[in-house]
Amino acid sequence: MEATPINRDLLLEKAQAMITSLQSPETTDEQLETQIDDINSLKDNQLFQELGKMTRDIHDSIMQFRMDSRISDLAETDIPDAKDRLEYVITMTEKAANTAMGVIEEGSPVAEKLGSQAGVLKAQWQKFRKRELSADELRSMGHDVEEFFDESERMMSKLLSGFTEILMAQDFQDLTGQIIRQVINLVNEIETNLVDLIKIQGETQAKEDSAEKQDEATILDGPQVPGKETSNDVMKGQDDVDDLLASLGF
Amino acid sequence: MKILIVDDFSTMRRIIKNLLRDLGFNNTDEADDGQTGLPKLQSGNFDFLVTDWNMPGMTGIDLLRAVRADEKLKTLPVLMVTAEAKKEQIVLAAQEGVNGYIVKPFTAQTLKEKIDKIFERIEG
Repeated sequence: MEATPINRDLLLEKAQAMITSLQSPETTDEQLETQIDDINSLKDNQLFQELGKMTRDIHDSIMQFRMDSRISDLAETDIPDAKDRLEYVITMTEKAANTAMGVIEEGSPVAEKLGSQAGVLKAQWQKFRKRELSADELRSMGHDVEEFFDESERMMSKLLSGFTEILMAQDFQDLTGQIIRQVINLVNEIETNLVDLIKIQGETQAKEDSAEKQDEATILDGPQVPGKETSNDVMKGQDDVDDLLASLGF
Repeated sequence: MKILIVDDFSTMRRIIKNLLRDLGFNNTDEADDGQTGLPKLQSGNFDFLVTDWNMPGMTGIDLLRAVRADEKLKTLPVLMVTAEAKKEQIVLAAQEGVNGYIVKPFTAQTLKEKIDKIFERIEG
């Protein structure tokens, strides 16, 4: 902060008057004291002016800080938006966990059933090897074996499709990861702004304008959060994307 | 058929790799962004590229541009699998020469359809 320049003309005038008074033998001590106080008061005025200027500077920067639209955006839009996004993270992780557990709950009895059927057939087979099976029992075993093969094929394809389902459910990690990264960036931005606010206490500063507007296509928004208000320019799903691409000749 | 999968999230690379295996494509390789992916493409005789868009280092759209600008790679089919769903972005990807565009989250069926469609076009 720059000090207000001393009013030299005024000081010179008062100093000259003081010299004249000092040179005159008729001047009383009282008069001299008054003149000294007068000169001193110049200094006091200086101090008040400095204080006034400081107060104005602080006031200006607080006002500027308040008016910086990025901060009101943070408070009004970005933070509530981040909360919704984090809610969506919970929804997605919960869905993935339930999908995986659902498949496991459905698949386990299937695997157990195949295992126990194999056990029954194995016992019959061992009897057959020891030539303990009657002709009827042999025919029945043949029938069971055929049924087991059919059942195995069906069950295996069921289990495999369950595996694919579990696999696909893991996509939450990518999508929630992207969302959490966005929230981390937001927290960083809030931190920076808080630091700026603290700085204002110590010094006045000019606030740079918020970041320049970027080209729409290069701003990466990440995963679409269902239920969030989106502009018409955001595709709601693969069908929208396909329609758009079709309109472009794809 | 050798396929390169480029995504910064390893879980997503694994999902795509497994889905491709289910579709009968066993020869895949992975990279975590365009910077590591491009040299692999340039030296690896790949027949197909599956790439994410938003990645640190080099994004998918820049990788697509680099592929189209490379004399050896410019005809390589590129399928974008990304969470980016803005109209401008899809139009931009199309302008830069993408062969297919899938938005996350996607299904195994969608991946199969888009890959089939890309090959139909190439062969047709």
